[in-house]
Amino acid sequence: MKLKIIGSICLIFVALVYSCQSDASIEFNRYYSSGNMVYQNHCQNCHGAKGEGLADLIPPLTDTAMLKNYSIALPCIIKTGLKAEIKVSGKSFDGEMPAANLSPIEIAQVVTYVTNSFGNKQGLTNSDQVGVDLGKCGQ
Amino acid sequence: MKQLIGGFVLVLLFGACKSNNTVKILPIYGSRQAVTKTVNGQQVTDTVYQTIPAFTFVNQYGDSTGSKNLQGDVYVADFFFTTCPTICPVMQRNMLNVYNAFKDTAGFKIISYTIDPKHDTVPVLKKYADKLGISGNSWWFLRGDKDIVYDMAAKNYLVAVSQDSTAAGGYIHQGYFVLVDKQKRVRGAYDGTDMKQVNQLIDDIKTLRAEPAAK
Repeated sequence: MKLKIIGSICLIFVALVYSCQSDASIEFNRYYSSGNMVYQNHCQNCHGAKGEGLADLIPPLTDTAMLKNYSIALPCIIKTGLKAEIKVSGKSFDGEMPAANLSPIEIAQVVTYVTNSFGNKQGLTNSDQVGVDLGKCGQ
Repeated sequence: MKQLIGGFVLVLLFGACKSNNTVKILPIYGSRQAVTKTVNGQQVTDTVYQTIPAFTFVNQYGDSTGSKNLQGDVYVADFFFTTCPTICPVMQRNMLNVYNAFKDTAGFKIISYTIDPKHDTVPVLKKYADKLGISGNSWWFLRGDKDIVYDMAAKNYLVAVSQDSTAAGGYIHQGYFVLVDKQKRVRGAYDGTDMKQVNQLIDDIKTLRAEPAAK
């Protein structure tokens, strides 16, 4: 009996917490989970399920400092691809990343996913921000 | 009743032992034909299996290599191109597991045929191999005449490969890892993008290496 009461109190508590989730975190979760799907469809083949990359051919997505430095450039890189050599986690990569034909909202979702997975924790990137960033490369 | 249970347990045990003792034999793929010849005045019928025909291509070191250098080897073949944006990275990530499992094993090789020989020249292949961390001679990246490679893929390795300007990267190909035995017969095909099947391949390579070479 006691267990039942405690159990139901816990349940109510969990429900309360859940319903009290802030709008911001709901938005984040929506971006993150959609971003996971975009990642699987467009990025995972090369960058790997854990963002581990592939040897010296494909860079990993685990270099948090680098992702932060590139945060404004990321939408353009995803949209138009990358040909220039880059240094990631101390290794240099010069292969070509193909352009992914994604909409600004998809780019925002996948950026949110990548920058909050694989040991990264950089919060939400929304589609408005992506729209501004894409303007910088004429997209 | 007790006897019945005892008997039942015995049967179970026997069954367990039996399945442990059976040696797994991998199937032989491809077409086959019965050939009757006369040996010592007697008619003997033998089954002739489809085999991978002789070929000579160039590997990532610029050496001319081919079926001659695979004499008596068990090998795994796949088809790829270095600029492939779709399934190749997944395949190579999984093939690296195969490489790491057998790189010091004599009589075993991995052969990756490029389906884009125009772009994938010897230096390109060498650079690709280096970046994958491949050294030595247990994994060859081979470049050959495009028509011959495509023909071998379809007819001998039973893997579909084609050029298609609408596909990402310009080519369509299946991601099979094809297992070939010491007599150059196809003994298995595994989806190179599926880690489970690749683990099965690693097991089957061990089985196949243990198989006696003579018929």
